[in-house]
Amino acid sequence: MSTAIEHPTYDYKVVRQFAIMTVVWGIVGTAVGLLIALQLYFPALNFDTPWLTFSRLRPLHTNAVIFAFGGCALFATSYYVVQRTCQARLFSDTLSTFTFWGWQAIIVAAAITLPLGYTSSKEYAELEWPIDIAITIVMLAYAINFFGTIAKRKQKHIYVANWFYGAFIITVCVLHVFNNLEVPVHAWKSYSIYAGTIDAMVQWWYGHNAVGFYLTAAFLGIMYYFVPKQAGRPVYSYRLSIVHFWALISIYVWAGAHHLHYTALPDWAQSAGMVMSLILLAPSWGGMINGIMTLSGAWHKLRTDPVLRFLVVSLSFYGMSTFEGPMMSIKTVNALSHYTDWTIGHVHSGALGWVAMVSIGALYNMIPVLYGREQGQMYSVKLINYHFILATIGTVLYIAAMWVNGLTQGFMWRAVNEDGTLTYSFVESLEASYPGYLVRAIGGAFFVAGMCIMAYNVYKTVRQTEPAAEPKLANS
Amino acid sequence: MSDFWSFWIAAIIAINIGGCVVLLFLTRRGQKFNEHTTETTGHEYDGIQELDNPMPKWWLLMFYGSILFGIAYLILYPGMGKYEGLLKWTSTNQWEREMDKGREKYGAVIANYARLDEVDADGNRPFRSVDDIMNDDYAMDAGRRLFLNNCAACHGSTATGSLGFPNLTDSDWLYGGSFETIKETLKGGRGGIMPAKGLTGQLNEKEITQLAHYVRSLSGIQVDEASAAAGKALFMNTKGGCYTCHGPDGRGMQSAGAPNLTDDVWLYGGRQEEVEFTLRHGRKGYMPAWLEDLGEDKIHLIAAYVYSLSKDE
Repeated sequence: MSTAIEHPTYDYKVVRQFAIMTVVWGIVGTAVGLLIALQLYFPALNFDTPWLTFSRLRPLHTNAVIFAFGGCALFATSYYVVQRTCQARLFSDTLSTFTFWGWQAIIVAAAITLPLGYTSSKEYAELEWPIDIAITIVMLAYAINFFGTIAKRKQKHIYVANWFYGAFIITVCVLHVFNNLEVPVHAWKSYSIYAGTIDAMVQWWYGHNAVGFYLTAAFLGIMYYFVPKQAGRPVYSYRLSIVHFWALISIYVWAGAHHLHYTALPDWAQSAGMVMSLILLAPSWGGMINGIMTLSGAWHKLRTDPVLRFLVVSLSFYGMSTFEGPMMSIKTVNALSHYTDWTIGHVHSGALGWVAMVSIGALYNMIPVLYGREQGQMYSVKLINYHFILATIGTVLYIAAMWVNGLTQGFMWRAVNEDGTLTYSFVESLEASYPGYLVRAIGGAFFVAGMCIMAYNVYKTVRQTEPAAEPKLANS
Repeated sequence: MSDFWSFWIAAIIAINIGGCVVLLFLTRRGQKFNEHTTETTGHEYDGIQELDNPMPKWWLLMFYGSILFGIAYLILYPGMGKYEGLLKWTSTNQWEREMDKGREKYGAVIANYARLDEVDADGNRPFRSVDDIMNDDYAMDAGRRLFLNNCAACHGSTATGSLGFPNLTDSDWLYGGSFETIKETLKGGRGGIMPAKGLTGQLNEKEITQLAHYVRSLSGIQVDEASAAAGKALFMNTKGGCYTCHGPDGRGMQSAGAPNLTDDVWLYGGRQEEVEFTLRHGRKGYMPAWLEDLGEDKIHLIAAYVYSLSKDE
């Protein structure tokens, strides 16, 4: 971490806070996921309590991993990256503190209201209107803090990681506000202002761009800083960055309609959604190419550096799921895959393989720096290795189980007898899915175990060192 | 869709896709190197530099290829606003084609199960008798599968029903259990109404409790006898008015779909609070009419299957 360039004192406190909470919420979010995965195999695990039923814990799981784990990872890395690549302290310490405590309060509110059954019933936007307003305020504070820092940068240009973070912040603000326009009935119940098909379209315009801007663009921001940093190599192609950035953010916005194939959504919107989803393949892969090619000349480091392994494997899963996505958006493929576990597998190859692994890689790179460890390493490299093995096995088991289940369900649902009746009833396809549910839960258990090992490693790293004094001029 | 919005949609699709093409073209033209290079752009951020490598050719080809596919698709299929596409495809006409194909392919199979081979004076094939079908394992299998596909969602895959959905395997019938009546129920559907005696103010809470006691006592359930006696009076007089549909003896009336209250079979639950809820809020039973969706041949087979369920006992 030595550069000859002078830099001002950075605000690492808020980065440390968000980084630690990323680890905490990572365990909570994946553990809830493991519980509901087990519930599908052992239904008695809801203990006959309404607060622990699948229907209430499932949104808790998705909100916890996306907004608590993913959100904290994005706050931590973006605050870290924007300072270091702009050579400027964060715009406002007050706003930094506010975004941290505000975001944690929102997460806690979600963790309380969702099990109690308060939900607006929109996927990934289940939180009720008071929490929606709080999210809007915190996101705006985040936007001011982030773009304020960019504005006072000491670098002439804006680094590509910050383009992606910036696009994520602006777009998610817009999506969140418009999808959550709702009429309150009382403090904890509201109804969407849109009706029927329009409501569905707005929901998936939001829902798919939560994937596109939150879980793709923003995490590409992480990739663009931490991959070259960890590999010690220049970014492969600046031109590729420009083209794939603009293509990605402009085309992604159209893709949501593929969630509504063969529904009441007008045909033109379905077709446009499908075409744009297919064109999205190349811009998505632009990021993967830039990440993986950045390593060329540094491949030998993979043998000794498990952090780099996390980053490279995350890019591989990213490439795989961004190929799978466009394929699933093709109407004929979608007719088979829609409503099956294939979708769940696809989401998790992105969520576990890409989002979680790239965040984990970034944390392992960043935490030693944040806590001022001289050699720039975590307490135990061996434990990082174990984590990597567990996470990879867990993800592969999960995805494979859901592919098998998805195809099984898809083909069972469409099988017909010679008299035209369906060969299988729904319950038979559920019975056939049982083994897959067990394998999926085992995969999930591997993943959670890995997260716990990371927590221990982080704890030891933090305990052994004094927090980095806010680095002063010249090096740090 | 108005012309304005149609134009708007087509225009932004074209601008977005066209914009990508222009961006690709210009960036490629501006490339200083066509092979791998170690030249950087000169920027450096926190020690990170950026190489001025060209965009990979295979990637460019993939990008252009997907754009060409997209343009071709938008010419053939709807997408650009009101433009219908050269193929005139719609999701509705695709569904209609598949349904026609299905009817052509499977209609004869079903007809052979449901109808006799010979033709009557009008040129129609008469339906087989229910006994005939019940002796034909293949026809009964088809009936069972049709039931599982269409009826099991409410009545359950074992046809034993659940709260609010009648059990079809016992001999208790709301509208009658003859083959002809079951078929009539399937064809035309049924709508059962139990009026809300409490919400309308017809009965107060105390009277509802008394009436519930009496109704439950009809099935031999032990209840408070004094309360049940008061309930019986309400059952029989015009204030309660229950006898008009359920009959003075509580055995119901199939022509009105009024359940027999003496057999300890409870569509909406037989616990005291459940019966009180039914009395207070009323109930609406709804069996859809299937004739238009399924056609009479399939209904004939399903009716035979359902009829056989209560005969097997």
